[in-house]
Amino acid sequence: MNAGWEWITDPANWHGSDGIPVRLAEHVGYTLLVLLVALAIGLPLGLFIAHAGQRAAFAVINTANGARALPTLGLLVLIFLLSTGSDVAALIPLVILAIPPILVNAYEGIRQVEPQVRDAARGMGMTGRQVLFRVELPIAVPLILLGARTAAVQVVATATVAAYINLGGLGGYIMDGILLREYGEAVGGSVLVVLLAVSVQGLFTLFTHLVTPRGLRKEHA
Amino acid sequence: MISFKGVTKRYADGTVAVDGLDLELATGEITVFVGPSGCGKTTTLRMINRMVEPTSGVIAIDGVDVTTRPAAELRRGIGYVIQQGGLFPHRTVLDNVATVPLLLGWDKKKARERARELLPRVGLDAALGARYPHQLSGGQQQRVGVARALAADPPVLLMDEPFSAVDPVVRAGLQEEFLRLQAELHKTIVFVTHDIDEAVRLGHRIAVFAKGGHVAQYATPRELLAAPEPGFVTEFLGGERGLRKLRFFAELDATPEAARPGSGEAPGATALGEAPDA
Repeated sequence: MNAGWEWITDPANWHGSDGIPVRLAEHVGYTLLVLLVALAIGLPLGLFIAHAGQRAAFAVINTANGARALPTLGLLVLIFLLSTGSDVAALIPLVILAIPPILVNAYEGIRQVEPQVRDAARGMGMTGRQVLFRVELPIAVPLILLGARTAAVQVVATATVAAYINLGGLGGYIMDGILLREYGEAVGGSVLVVLLAVSVQGLFTLFTHLVTPRGLRKEHA
Repeated sequence: MISFKGVTKRYADGTVAVDGLDLELATGEITVFVGPSGCGKTTTLRMINRMVEPTSGVIAIDGVDVTTRPAAELRRGIGYVIQQGGLFPHRTVLDNVATVPLLLGWDKKKARERARELLPRVGLDAALGARYPHQLSGGQQQRVGVARALAADPPVLLMDEPFSAVDPVVRAGLQEEFLRLQAELHKTIVFVTHDIDEAVRLGHRIAVFAKGGHVAQYATPRELLAAPEPGFVTEFLGGERGLRKLRFFAELDATPEAARPGSGEAPGATALGEAPDA
């Protein structure tokens, strides 16, 4: 532990193309990219299956959850080799990891809207699109953000594997540290990943509080 | 006038919810659909604003077949109140009430203004406008539901067991104010309940629905209590019919003579809707 602290506080590690700021930026960059792609896929799919009927929903959710069980590292290496070394393609396993919580929570968020609320919305003369955007989505916001938060924390932690294929990020310190028996570096890298994950969690919690409609805050405070 | 001609609703699994219904509901009056659960009264109500589409037959409002108009547009012109309010939990009371005016394209300020002036009319303090639904009591939520249905001043109001989720004391208060409001507004109201006492108290005319989705009797409360059809209707009115009749006529007697129409004859059931303290 002490070695880890010394490593983190050593000014030499905060400079250069291999320094902590650069690696941290890479790590955050991968996480953001992966989250955006996962949101772009998982959110619409979740909203869609919430309206598509039980059987479709069951199939999609189980497929997504099943995909979660795939070993991320194995998949990473496989896709990296298949895509003949494409950096971006190598992030696919992380996207696969991030989709299920987003998808499932978007689905649940819409499903938990009380039937009478939906009935009233239609009965007032809202079109299907208006019911979705003016009633269902706002009510589902807290759950959707919870899903995104879970995904973000998982991706931050798991993005360390990107170092296996020389994509950098904070995982590089852990890998190098272990390989070179520089345990201070390995521990320091791990601590940074944990700190980042905790910060992400905190930021999401704050953000969720800010964008949750006030009428819903009591239940999800 | 709302008319049903040969209206049948058959579901895909073969269940017949409503069977060859012919019914005419008078403009400006309260028509109550009463009956046990599963008798098709709610389905019948929901076919008026196309929340349910009939399998066959025609439903017309003032002679216009409802299916000739786009469903969303049709519904914006018909007030809709449901059990437990169905209020939008993420919107303030004021924004809930302003829903239909906003859908109709009023500007926000005017819609809010309208909502604000409606609150006292349904017996709510104006200060409640800024609250959220979960901060209100059940009775208050129901009042908001009624205000929301009235916001765009629709000529027709559909009410599906609007007062059944509140306790009897609150319900009596809501019923009383509902009658007072109707005496001012003269809406064409279709009111669904499973409570025969509520039906007798509120209805100008009552349609008693029986299992299988047909109307066993369609009459004024007075006729219904005095001469129920033998069989299902008599059974549905139950052993307390004599008591109900007494109470009903006692209430009419308590109504000032001037408030009753056709004073020569025995007081008609219409007096109920217009008497402030009936």
